[in-house]
Amino acid sequence: MAGNADSLDVDALVDRAGGTVARGIFVDQAVFEAEQERIFTRAWLFVGHESLIPKPDDFFVSRMGTESVVLTRDRGGQVHVLLNSCTHRGMKVCRYDQGNTRVFTCPYHGWSFATDGKLAATPGALVGVPHFDRAYHGELKRDDWGLVRAPRVALYKGTVWASWDPDAVELTDYLGDMRLYLDFALDGRDGSPGGSVVVEGVQKWRVNANWKFAPENFIGDMYHDISHRSVDLVGIGPSGGRGRRDNLRPRTTICFPGLGHGLIGEPPHTSEPPYVPAWKKYPEVEEYFRQVHERRVALLGERPRVTMSVGTIFPNMSFHGRQPRTIAVAHPISPTEMEMWRFCLIDADAPAAVNDAARHYFLRYSGPAGMTESDDLENWSYATEASRGPIARRQRYNYQMGMGHARPVPGLRGAVENGEVTEENARAYYSRWSDFMRGDPWTPPAAEYVPMPEPARETEDAG
Amino acid sequence: MLAELDEGLAGLLLARSVEQFLYAEAAMLDERRYRDWLAILDDGIRYFAPLARNMRRDRLGEEYTRQGQDLAWFDEGKETLTQRVEQIETGIHWAEEPVSRVCHMVTNVEILSAVPEARHAETVEVRCRFLVYRNRLQDEEMLLIGKRLDTLVRDGTGWKLRRREIRLDQNVLQAKNLTVFL
Repeated sequence: MAGNADSLDVDALVDRAGGTVARGIFVDQAVFEAEQERIFTRAWLFVGHESLIPKPDDFFVSRMGTESVVLTRDRGGQVHVLLNSCTHRGMKVCRYDQGNTRVFTCPYHGWSFATDGKLAATPGALVGVPHFDRAYHGELKRDDWGLVRAPRVALYKGTVWASWDPDAVELTDYLGDMRLYLDFALDGRDGSPGGSVVVEGVQKWRVNANWKFAPENFIGDMYHDISHRSVDLVGIGPSGGRGRRDNLRPRTTICFPGLGHGLIGEPPHTSEPPYVPAWKKYPEVEEYFRQVHERRVALLGERPRVTMSVGTIFPNMSFHGRQPRTIAVAHPISPTEMEMWRFCLIDADAPAAVNDAARHYFLRYSGPAGMTESDDLENWSYATEASRGPIARRQRYNYQMGMGHARPVPGLRGAVENGEVTEENARAYYSRWSDFMRGDPWTPPAAEYVPMPEPARETEDAG
Repeated sequence: MLAELDEGLAGLLLARSVEQFLYAEAAMLDERRYRDWLAILDDGIRYFAPLARNMRRDRLGEEYTRQGQDLAWFDEGKETLTQRVEQIETGIHWAEEPVSRVCHMVTNVEILSAVPEARHAETVEVRCRFLVYRNRLQDEEMLLIGKRLDTLVRDGTGWKLRRREIRLDQNVLQAKNLTVFL
């Protein structure tokens, strides 16, 4: 296994100059195992949201790559990420999806682990060992056998991230200026920082597709719009009429080649465009968002702000910043299977009717029953299947669209844009994938910065 | 004695009529007569399929997510169900084009309540078990098994479906998408 992975020729798998990618990276077992070792043990991974564990001793079981982890909040309010595997014989210490406890007791031999700082010096410490005196003669070094804990955990506006790499750069540096676009999803609709929560319940489902199809799609693939013609013909947007979304603002495809993140959205700008009604079928919701817009105009003033529709943070966290506003995670299961998770994001302080309309829009748009997403899943699963054969595998996927036409984005560090329809973002994603697969060291955040143009001002005495 | 017999017969006739309704509905879906299916849905229908979570025994009340506020697989009314049919009818809804082979099995049909009474029932609550099998393209299979709780209301001489709660017996859905009606 490791031997195969060590012999991978990463530069042959991803040809950055030629804009092609070997099909093997979507179907090959050795590549998959190398991804687990080289990407999922190092990169910052989205593991959940603080609103899933609001109270002390709350826990939520999540995944990091193929591994089960438990997200806990201790009595001091600190959030921890623990490997869900007993240090004695490997049994899962937690087999619930969520709940509240101060001690995880392994069902196998009864070792118990505490999350509470009062019971244990370190979160996940081993605090109970049956027959400790009689059979271990008191000689077991309990301090050495606590649950494995992610050495790096970071909270960002409610989202929880973890990395197994003690040397990983800070999350904010990992995100770079992609953070602005994540802010758009996580901030209140009025532009106030944070304040979003996830709706109770996480959709989880298995898809017979390589996990990378999802982040590649969400990073900025407007080219696949044609997949969704059927839902566009029907029209499921919250204003009625054709289309699956509402009036669009001009948008482009922006990516961060050094970081592997990307999105479809707008470059930073310093004034709020006029309000466009987007919820005409729901007058109460429409009125609410009109007021939110007024607050946003007042709150943001001339500060730079962005908008975005979909984006991906390398390697497997994607999000939709405007409605339906969600987080999607593509967990790897095998080379040809992933488990998708979807969370629905809402403003904690929005009226129930507003959040209900948003939730319903999410349910008809996204997830396995989503009228948009269901067609993506068909594409990803049969693209995976049809890439498995020996003849198919000799071919490469083509990512050449728009090569050489990227340009820097004023106001963003290390970002380029390449128009609405391009494969620039996918190239950035696989370039970053190559960096990790080669085991490249962490690099300092991008410094190149193109200043934004001065905002056009209307002088008071004009005319 | 005769009154008891009458009551028993009324219960049997009601059960028979409800079963026939559910079987006919299954046939409509399996035969892809989606417009016929929409016609037996009450305009105010709620079609709800909660998520199932692994919760500790003392919190089993939270096992299923709640209608109208939590995430679910489905939580919608007739407008969206109609749009789903329209999407299939476009012929370019790739998740169901080429069309799948689907078989709905309905079993363990129990009438939980009849209002005002079996003989003149206007509203019945029906519980059943279901098995939905899908074969797609060549070898793709999906098998969904679970419980359904339906509310039927009398409409002239027949029934209409006013509420359906679908409890899929799966935590992580073992299917790539849910493009069949349950």
